[in-house]
Amino acid sequence: MSLELSEHLQSTVDSLSENFSDKLVDVYQSSGDTFIVVDTDSILEISKHLKEKLDYVYLSDVFGIDRYTSEDRFEVVYNLISLKHQQRVFVKVRCEEENPEVDSVIPVWKAANWFEREVYDMFGVYFRNHPDLRRIFMPEDFDYFPLRKEFPLLGIPGSIELPSTTPDSD
Amino acid sequence: MKLKDIQSKVQPTFFKEHQRKLYQSLEDKHTTIEEIDDGDPLSTKMVLNMGPQHPATHGVLRLVLQLDGETIEKTKIDIGYLHRGVEKIAENKTYQEFMPYTDRMDYLSPYSNNVALCTAVEKIANVEVPERAHYIRMIGCELARISSHLLWLGTMVMDAGAVSFFIWTFKEREKIYDIMDRIGGHRFTISHARIGGVANDLTNEATGAIKEFIQTFPKELKDYHKLLDRNRIFIERNEAVGVLKTEDAIELGATGPVLRACGYPVDTRKISPYARYSEVDFDIPTRLEGDNLARYFVRMEEMHESVRIIEQCLEKIPNGPIRMDDAKKSYPSKDEVYYSMEGMIHDFMMTDTGICPPEGAESYHAVESPKGELGYYIQSDGTGHPWRLKINAPSYTNLQVLENILDGEMVADTVVIIGGIDPVLGEADK
Repeated sequence: MSLELSEHLQSTVDSLSENFSDKLVDVYQSSGDTFIVVDTDSILEISKHLKEKLDYVYLSDVFGIDRYTSEDRFEVVYNLISLKHQQRVFVKVRCEEENPEVDSVIPVWKAANWFEREVYDMFGVYFRNHPDLRRIFMPEDFDYFPLRKEFPLLGIPGSIELPSTTPDSD
Repeated sequence: MKLKDIQSKVQPTFFKEHQRKLYQSLEDKHTTIEEIDDGDPLSTKMVLNMGPQHPATHGVLRLVLQLDGETIEKTKIDIGYLHRGVEKIAENKTYQEFMPYTDRMDYLSPYSNNVALCTAVEKIANVEVPERAHYIRMIGCELARISSHLLWLGTMVMDAGAVSFFIWTFKEREKIYDIMDRIGGHRFTISHARIGGVANDLTNEATGAIKEFIQTFPKELKDYHKLLDRNRIFIERNEAVGVLKTEDAIELGATGPVLRACGYPVDTRKISPYARYSEVDFDIPTRLEGDNLARYFVRMEEMHESVRIIEQCLEKIPNGPIRMDDAKKSYPSKDEVYYSMEGMIHDFMMTDTGICPPEGAESYHAVESPKGELGYYIQSDGTGHPWRLKINAPSYTNLQVLENILDGEMVADTVVIIGGIDPVLGEADK
């Protein structure tokens, strides 16, 4: 499939393939959005390049995808906006099923802090060098990752501690 | 000099590990709590737990504040008390079935949420929407924006100390509820949008009510301006409070009025226009100060702009169908369902399986909800329910900003700052 890229997206793809030719896995479009799949280990330097050289200053979101049964099970997607060129691009990295790990992009965009915590909470993807990698929605002693496909919709009985029904007496 | 950590002082009895981690992160943020004198009789240093159930937190938001006297040294925000796994539910429902859940996310402006989901599904499934439906949606969205901003205004002024103001803004909100009742048949959670259009047409009664509202509302708005714009107490409480620096706003990912109050004219309605926003005239109000007062002015002006947009929509709205005429992609009208066999079969198929976007397709679509950029990422596996549906919620992004701007503020200002950020926890917790 040939790509129909706008001017700035074209220069983004060109610049990335020039500087990181061996790190670029795939570039594709779907329903008008552009997705760039890059090598997991070089996400930090690619992010720096995207922010500093290509004006993607605004990180709108980071989210995970569970590609259950596929190879490289988890995907982390960075939703980037260039305010100058009013352009949006999605950068993806993939990580394996056993001990999924990605470098944290907080040095590049501070906004990644909570977003990465959410991905960690929901999918169990570990972010290296994250200053405060705690669970954000679930309690700390919850053992499962709810948005993984094998987690049942009804939840796991007894997995969350509930307060006692009788009031504490000191 | 003796160092004491927070953890030795607080004894959590519930979710012990979670609480311990929270206090630990509070210590990690800058330093540990330092108690200079053990016999500090006034105990000026303390950790204050605010919420999750507190009238000033606008929902189940918990703030853990480390105080030095009346100054906040560090803040940690604990959310998740309203986490219902909305994304997980979405992945087990058809697209249309998920619609009522979006109402309950940002429950102060349900209409914008409906439209956000619908436009995202329409984008991924290539559904054309009739012209009239676009205009009805725009009217609904702008009414939702006014309604959301009115509630924000009332509660924020209440946080600053004036209670009766809340009743006045609610009087106007009540009128919007009545309009919503006439548009969609419900007052609060309307679920009026359908994939491929809207559920039912604007009646003459509804149009009349909207016209009356946009005629009377600017006068009310003027009264609000008159009461607050030069009100000494209101200004003193808001000016230079909760300042978000211009460079930090982008860095921390602020969105919506919080970002626009820092000088960035970022609005999804202009950047990537959806519905027919490209055909109406409106401005993006911005301010440079980035404080709470700037957010107040931005939102007040946005209400003026919304009235302007609705006026233009009512002029431009064409006649015609309100839903696309393809029963494989959208619900047939109730007339067909009740009086023809095919209509009933199609209605059943839409409810049972729903619309099936092409296999492997993925897309993201965002709308400008009252709180900021509300986006839906959808990945389809070719069946009637999404493989992955991710909601980019503006309240969540803005709460992260809140955690950063509270440091160094006075503890009495926390309530006003929370009010100025305007989070809805139903949306932040997903």
